[in-house]
Amino acid sequence: MIPLLKRIFRTGILTEPPVERSGEMAPIDRLHDEIIAILGRALTIREVDAGSCNGCELEIHALNNAYYNIEGRGIKFVASPRHADMLLVTGPVTKNMENALRIAYDCTPDPKLVVAVGDCGCNGGIFGDSYASCGAVDNVVAVDIRVPGCPPTPLALLHGILSAVKRA
Amino acid sequence: MLFHAEPIEFTAQEGVGAPVWRGRAVDGEDLSRFAVSVHRHDGRLAALWGEDLRRQGGGYRLHCIFALEEGHTWVCLDLPADDPVCPDLAGIFPAANRMQRATRDMVGIAFAGGDQRPWLRHGAWPEDWYPLRHDTPAPPEGIGFANLPSDYQFVQVGGEGAHEIPVGPIHAGIIEPGHFRFTVVGERVLRLEQRLGYQHKGVEKRFIGMTLAEGSRLVGRICGDSTCAYAWAYAVAAETACAVEPSGRALGLRALMLERERIANHLGDLGALGNDAAFAFGLTQFMRLKEDWLRLNARIFGHRFMMDGIVPGGVAADIDALALAEIGAQCNVLVAEVKALRAIYDEHPGLQDRFLTTGIIDADLARELSLSGIAARATGLLLDGRAWRSDYEPPVPYAGLGVRPASDDRGDVAARVAVRFDEVFESLRLIRAIAGTLPSGPVRIDVPPTPGAEGLGVVEGWRGEVIVGLRLDGEGRIARAHPHDPSWQIWPALEHAVLKDIVPDFPLINKSFNLSYSGADL
Ligand code: SF4
Repeated sequence: MIPLLKRIFRTGILTEPPVERSGEMAPIDRLHDEIIAILGRALTIREVDAGSCNGCELEIHALNNAYYNIEGRGIKFVASPRHADMLLVTGPVTKNMENALRIAYDCTPDPKLVVAVGDCGCNGGIFGDSYASCGAVDNVVAVDIRVPGCPPTPLALLHGILSAVKRA
Repeated sequence: MLFHAEPIEFTAQEGVGAPVWRGRAVDGEDLSRFAVSVHRHDGRLAALWGEDLRRQGGGYRLHCIFALEEGHTWVCLDLPADDPVCPDLAGIFPAANRMQRATRDMVGIAFAGGDQRPWLRHGAWPEDWYPLRHDTPAPPEGIGFANLPSDYQFVQVGGEGAHEIPVGPIHAGIIEPGHFRFTVVGERVLRLEQRLGYQHKGVEKRFIGMTLAEGSRLVGRICGDSTCAYAWAYAVAAETACAVEPSGRALGLRALMLERERIANHLGDLGALGNDAAFAFGLTQFMRLKEDWLRLNARIFGHRFMMDGIVPGGVAADIDALALAEIGAQCNVLVAEVKALRAIYDEHPGLQDRFLTTGIIDADLARELSLSGIAARATGLLLDGRAWRSDYEPPVPYAGLGVRPASDDRGDVAARVAVRFDEVFESLRLIRAIAGTLPSGPVRIDVPPTPGAEGLGVVEGWRGEVIVGLRLDGEGRIARAHPHDPSWQIWPALEHAVLKDIVPDFPLINKSFNLSYSGADL
C-alpha cells in the first residue's frame, strides 16, 4: 500500500490546459464550463468503431489519460448509445458495420450529435468507397463535425468534441 | 533443399529478412502430405491465401506459409481455372479453418470438406461474387449491392440450463467490433463462438494496382497499433522481390521503431489489464508513461505511432545523435518506473487473484492452434522471430543483439502480464543497444520495381508474427498483396481460454490477448 500511495503522490497532477490551435492557452476549465453551460451536466459519448484500423481508438483512449483528463472536464464515455448525447464514430463505415451503426444512431436519443473521427471517418480515407466500405460516416448517418487526421491527435479530438457541443 | 525428407524442393529467398524458402506442391495430396509432416515436427500454419492467375495464363494459386524450426516455407499449389478445389487443411491445422473460408469468400477457391460457412462475407455482396477475381464485374452502378442481413449458423449447444448471451458487434468499451456468442450455464462459460469480419473494408482489393509507395501507406493502416510491424514486413517483401538491400543503419532504425511500438502497446495493455481487474491506479500510471512515450515518437519520428516511418528501401527519415541520446535517456527513466509498477502489481493481492489461473491455454494447445507471439510465449513456447534458435538465424539487426525471448509456462492472464513486463525490459535493453551501435549509411535507397517479382516478409510484431506476401504485375504495380495478422490464429485460442471461467472474467481474458479485429478482417 505504501509504495502505491507514494507513487500517486510523486506523480502529482499532470493534467494540461488544452492548447488552442492558434497556440493560445485556453483556461483549463473553459471546456468544462461550456459543456455545463450548454448541457447543464456532463457530456456523454458513445464511441462507435465502424471500421477503423484501431489507430483512431488509440488516440480516443489517450483522451482518458491524466494529461488530457477528459473525464475531469465533464466528458464521459458510456456503454450504451441510449445514454449518449454524442456518437464519436471512427472508420470508413464498413458494409458489415453499416446496419449496426444505423441501429446505434437510432438508439441515441434526440437531439444527438455525431462527430466523424479521422480521415477515414471524414472521407473514407485510404480505404475509400468499395464493395466492402461505405466510406465517410456521413454516407450512413448525419454528421455534425469532422475531425480529420490519421489518426487525429487527442487535442484535435478534444477541440472537435467541443465545437460540436458549441454548435448544438 | 528438402525439409523433413518430403518431396517438395525448396529454394531460399535472397535478402536481409527472416529466412524464407519457396517450394511448389504438385497436387493437393502433395500439399496435405507436407502439412502433415510440418504438424508432426511441431511446425505451424503461419498464413494461407489465394490468388487469381488466369490473366497470366494460369488458373488459381493457393499460398501456404508453414513455420518450421529453421524459418518459414512458402508453398504454392496451382489449381485449374475451371475447378479450383483444394484439400481441407483444417483437419491437420485447425488454424486453417477461418483462412480457408476467407479464401473462398475472396477468391472463390473451394475446399473439399470442413467448415463451409462464409467468414468475411456477411450479407454485403452475393455469394458468387468474388472480390479478388480479375474478371469480377463492378458492383451495380451507384447503389451497389443490397446490404442484406445474414443468417449465420452458429453452432447450437443444448442441455439443461444452458442459454446464450450474444455480445456485439458493437461492444461496451472503446474497442473494435466483433460478435461473441457465449453459451453459459449460470455464470460459467460452456462455449464461446466468435463471429468476425465486421471490420472487413476491402484492403486486399484496394492494394491491386497500387505503386509500392502507395501500398506502403495502406499496409501501415491495416492495424494501427502494429503499423511498424506491417510496414516492415511489407518492405521486406518489396525489397526481396526487387533485389534491394537496405543499409544497416536503416535496419537498425526499423528495429528501434518496432521495439518502441512493442513497448507502447505493452504499456497500454498493462494499464488496461489493471483497470479490468478494478485497479484504476494501474491504468492511470501506465497511460501516463505511454503518453510520454508517444510524445517522444511525435518529436523524433514525426508521428505518435510512427506511421509511414518504415518504407520500402529503408526508413522515411534519419535521426540525429541528439535524438538518440534523448531516446536513451527516456529508456533509463522508463526502466525505473516500470520496475516500481511491476512490484506494485506483483504484490497486489486483488490483482493477482484475478490474474492467476484465469484464461488458461497450455503449450500443447498453443502448438495445435499454430499460435505465435505473446500468446505462445505465455505458454512456455520459446517462439520469437527476433531470437536465435538451434536452427534459426534471426534477421539483421536482431542477429547481433542476442534477444532473450520472454517466456512463462503458466498460460494464464498472469503469464501474459509477466511476458509483457519482461518484454518491456528486454525491448528497453534492445533500444539502448541499437541506439549505441547504429552504423552510419544512407537511410533510404531506391526500390525500382521488378515486373512480375514476388516476395515475402515476416516480422515479429508486438502481438505476434506479421506476414506480408507480395506479387508485382507487368508494370511493377501491386498485383496481389496479402497481409497476415497473428490474430487469425490467436482468436480461436480465446474461445478455448474462456472455458471453465465465468462470463465476468471475459473482458480481462480478452484484454490479456488484445487481438486485432481489423488486422484479421482486412
Ligand atoms: S484515420 Fe487513420 S488511424 Fe484512423 S482509422 Fe483511418 S487509417 Fe486508421
